[in-house]
Amino acid sequence: MSGAAPTAMQHGLQSCETCGLLSRPAAGEVEGRCPRCAEELSFRKHDSLQRTWAYLIAAAICYIPANVLPVLTTTTAAGAESDTIMQGVVLLWSPTGWPLSLIVLIASIMIPSAKILALMYLLITVQRGSVHNNAQRIRMYRMVEFIGRWSMVDVFVDTFTAALIQLQPLMSVEPGPGLFFFAAVVVFTMLAVEAFDPRLIWDSISSKEPSSDEANPGEANSNEANPNEANPNEVSYA
Amino acid sequence: MYNQPLNDPAVIACLHCDLLQRLPDLEPGASARCPRCHKELWRRREDSLNRTFALTLAAAMLYVVANSVPMLGISAVGRGASTTVLEGAMHLWREGPRIVGVLVLITAVIAPALQIAFMLAIVLEARRERPPRWIGTLLRHHPTTRTWSMIEVMLLGVLVALIKIADYATVIPGVALFTLGVLVFLLAGIQASFDPKEVWDRIQWADEDARRDAALDRIAGEAS
Repeated sequence: MSGAAPTAMQHGLQSCETCGLLSRPAAGEVEGRCPRCAEELSFRKHDSLQRTWAYLIAAAICYIPANVLPVLTTTTAAGAESDTIMQGVVLLWSPTGWPLSLIVLIASIMIPSAKILALMYLLITVQRGSVHNNAQRIRMYRMVEFIGRWSMVDVFVDTFTAALIQLQPLMSVEPGPGLFFFAAVVVFTMLAVEAFDPRLIWDSISSKEPSSDEANPGEANSNEANPNEANPNEVSYA
Repeated sequence: MYNQPLNDPAVIACLHCDLLQRLPDLEPGASARCPRCHKELWRRREDSLNRTFALTLAAAMLYVVANSVPMLGISAVGRGASTTVLEGAMHLWREGPRIVGVLVLITAVIAPALQIAFMLAIVLEARRERPPRWIGTLLRHHPTTRTWSMIEVMLLGVLVALIKIADYATVIPGVALFTLGVLVFLLAGIQASFDPKEVWDRIQWADEDARRDAALDRIAGEAS
């Protein structure tokens, strides 16, 4: 059923990402503001692919020092010892501590790398105009959007460990430079998700459909009947 | 320049795939999904404003407690130390990568505060006869505060830290730790009870003329 689906862009309509109102730019205009909430509107997020790539490449670059540099430095009478994220996972691994070790492993190592790979896959397939697996790809996008915040776990772990363990001169724990890069990975991937426009996944399908009124998107009110023809029965209940 | 709204306000486009469709009238508690990409388009909540107000008020009080009393304490070899959320961020500012201290401050203190404050203002003002336009601005920025508010992630981080530290010292969980645990559930509850559409439908439009024109069009269409 996705083949002949009418999209807002084909009908020259813009929906507001903030309040959801659908509206039509004035004649001759390409973009405008939402009449209800005054948000600036556009058909698609501006330079979505370029911006997502930029954040993603930045995240991928930071991912290396984030895993190589120490995130915590423990100073005891025996000397100073630095731990990377992976060493932290290994340290936590014990008969009682393994669930926590697993949490850190998933949140800090697996989620960030999976996020970067998933977004790259989405960007590449969108750029190649792929029309396959759209449902899976949109699900992947939502998954990435949903789990993104959880990779901040280790930043909080290290923050509160360092803030608490100040037993000078016996022992002290200080955050290391790896923490900066790790936080950067999290922030960049969150910004990349934000910059990506999921509607691009579906545009290659829509662009293959002939549309009668695509040619004159600016003509206000003349096509008012068309969007109303969108089949109301298509909306399903859950 | 403002756009012209359609004369049928129930026609919308899915924000994830741009499919045009008409939003049905829903029973409270029911939800509508996009037939193409299955994004939830709207879930109608029951008694949304009152429930959200109650939860938000409780969250606001707990937030104040959670940030003013110690969250974690330790004692070892006759020495003790304790920290609040704010002190954790401050320590990072002094000793670690400063920008990470700022990030912790934003995600654990500032964003949750804004999230609660915005929501409180929205649900209070939305009950008025003609809700002012500025609550639209708050409603607009509310999703951003929600994205960057990471109380639940912080709580998990604190629990991991707690187990880690237990090897070196005796850990004393503070009152704020339990308060934060409850706060996580309250924030989730606010999310589940709040219906932004209800507020948008009541709000004063940025372009009053556009709304009036759309309404007139609709009446004319129904008459003919």
